[in-house]
Amino acid sequence: MIKGLMKKTMMLSLSLLLILGFVVGCSSNEENTSNKENTSSSQENATTQAKEEKGSVILATTTSTQDSGLLDVLVPVFEEQTGYMVKTIAVGTGKALEMGENGEADVLLVHAPTAEQVLVDNGSAINRQLVMHNDFVIVGPKGDPAGISGLTMSEALKKIADSSTLFISRGDDSGTHKKELGLWKAVGIEPAGVWYQETGQGMGETLRVASEKEGYTLTDRATYLALQEEIASQILLEGDKDLLNVYHVMQVNPEKSEMINAEAAKAFVEFMVSKETQEMISEFGVDQYGQSLFFADAGKDENNLSK
Amino acid sequence: MEMIGRGVIKAFEMIISRDPEIVMITLLTLKISGIATLISILIGIPLGVILAWSNFPGRKIVISIVNTAMGFPPVVVGLWVFLLLARNGPLGSLELLYTPTAIIIAQAVIASPIVIGLTSAAIMQVDEKMRLQLKSFGATKWQMLLLVLRETKYSLLAAVIAGFGGVISEIGASMMVGGNIKGYTRVLTTATVMETSKGNTDVAIGISIILMLLAYLVTLGLTIMQHREVKE
Repeated sequence: MIKGLMKKTMMLSLSLLLILGFVVGCSSNEENTSNKENTSSSQENATTQAKEEKGSVILATTTSTQDSGLLDVLVPVFEEQTGYMVKTIAVGTGKALEMGENGEADVLLVHAPTAEQVLVDNGSAINRQLVMHNDFVIVGPKGDPAGISGLTMSEALKKIADSSTLFISRGDDSGTHKKELGLWKAVGIEPAGVWYQETGQGMGETLRVASEKEGYTLTDRATYLALQEEIASQILLEGDKDLLNVYHVMQVNPEKSEMINAEAAKAFVEFMVSKETQEMISEFGVDQYGQSLFFADAGKDENNLSK
Repeated sequence: MEMIGRGVIKAFEMIISRDPEIVMITLLTLKISGIATLISILIGIPLGVILAWSNFPGRKIVISIVNTAMGFPPVVVGLWVFLLLARNGPLGSLELLYTPTAIIIAQAVIASPIVIGLTSAAIMQVDEKMRLQLKSFGATKWQMLLLVLRETKYSLLAAVIAGFGGVISEIGASMMVGGNIKGYTRVLTTATVMETSKGNTDVAIGISIILMLLAYLVTLGLTIMQHREVKE
């Protein structure tokens, strides 16, 4: 009897779900016959399922490659070419590297060269290849209260610290955060105090905080451009040689876990440095922002990158 | 203000044009949270009944634990499910991390205490005298259970509504064990966060409106059912 009642409750919930599903499903079916775009999307779903059978590859990457929209362009092409399904996990570079070290990811696309080298040296990562670069910029409120515009990097940081003007840090062990800490270290300042605040969040969120609170922050150019229209912050410092933002792709050492899909990871590394992909990277963002968001660098010497 | 206006317009655009990606995300959200809620009903109602009617040492402690778990932060549940399902975790070989199933598991864990707690509270509220009376009429245990469950239908559906509301709106667990993978584990809440950090606030507002509409529609359906049941 209790079963009967429970069944009833279940049936009711289920039927409700079905009705809702039916309503939405139906409307999309209708459209499948009339709308080409929708047909292609349902085909896409079908191929996603097929791919799942062939095998998937976990890509741990930084938020900037997802938030800029670059992966939305590249990943479908890779899936189409190879038949693998890519599971993109966009986290800070620190977390992505940790996932690599623990064998939780198959392939990494990150931007913290010094920290990456540690993984290569301890054997966690193999087949590390230079993919692309763009640059970091320092953005801040329009009025530039600390007056950093036109200064060199080290002068600017000193000025912000001396005048105790609000600086918003990622504080999340991401590639950008690592870069920022390195810059402070280079000028011999230990940032602390009420003027130095950490969000612990991604670049997009941090840019919004910096904009709302009228503080300075370090950001990669791609994320800034994506948010430019929605925030008040302006680029105040750019072009400094210390502000290069370099991305590498690498395989996680298959010895880290039995479950690592080394074949797919290798294919992804090869895909990222292939000529066609490098062209797509160069062209990405030009139509929307009038400039490239990333500069393709495969095969170049990392020490000779210039903007 | 301008931004909010644009977002509302965007929401209507997305609904009217039935943007295929949004339709897919919406259906997936409904499927994941719906299945998680069903599982929590299957687990929660029997356990809630047992908790209400049984008498064992430490029962109060169990009840207080369940009551605490009702307010468990989804992100904590997400972290533990993540640790269990990770490749290096005890259930790593199942390869469930970053799949819709992983989100269903986490959400079922979040919703079950809510259903258990509210079910047992509802049943405990039934007058002891009614139980004795039923007993004196010679009702069997099962008959009594059925009658009491009938008596508490209203509260039981409230438990289901609370469970569903809890999981469809959570993000911490979905993000952590689902990974917000496009076309696979991206649900309405994780999509909202991502679109915000991408600088597409209008899309984010649009998705959030769809999420609220969806939560409202399902709750409305359950509420209508609830009242119909009571009238019977």
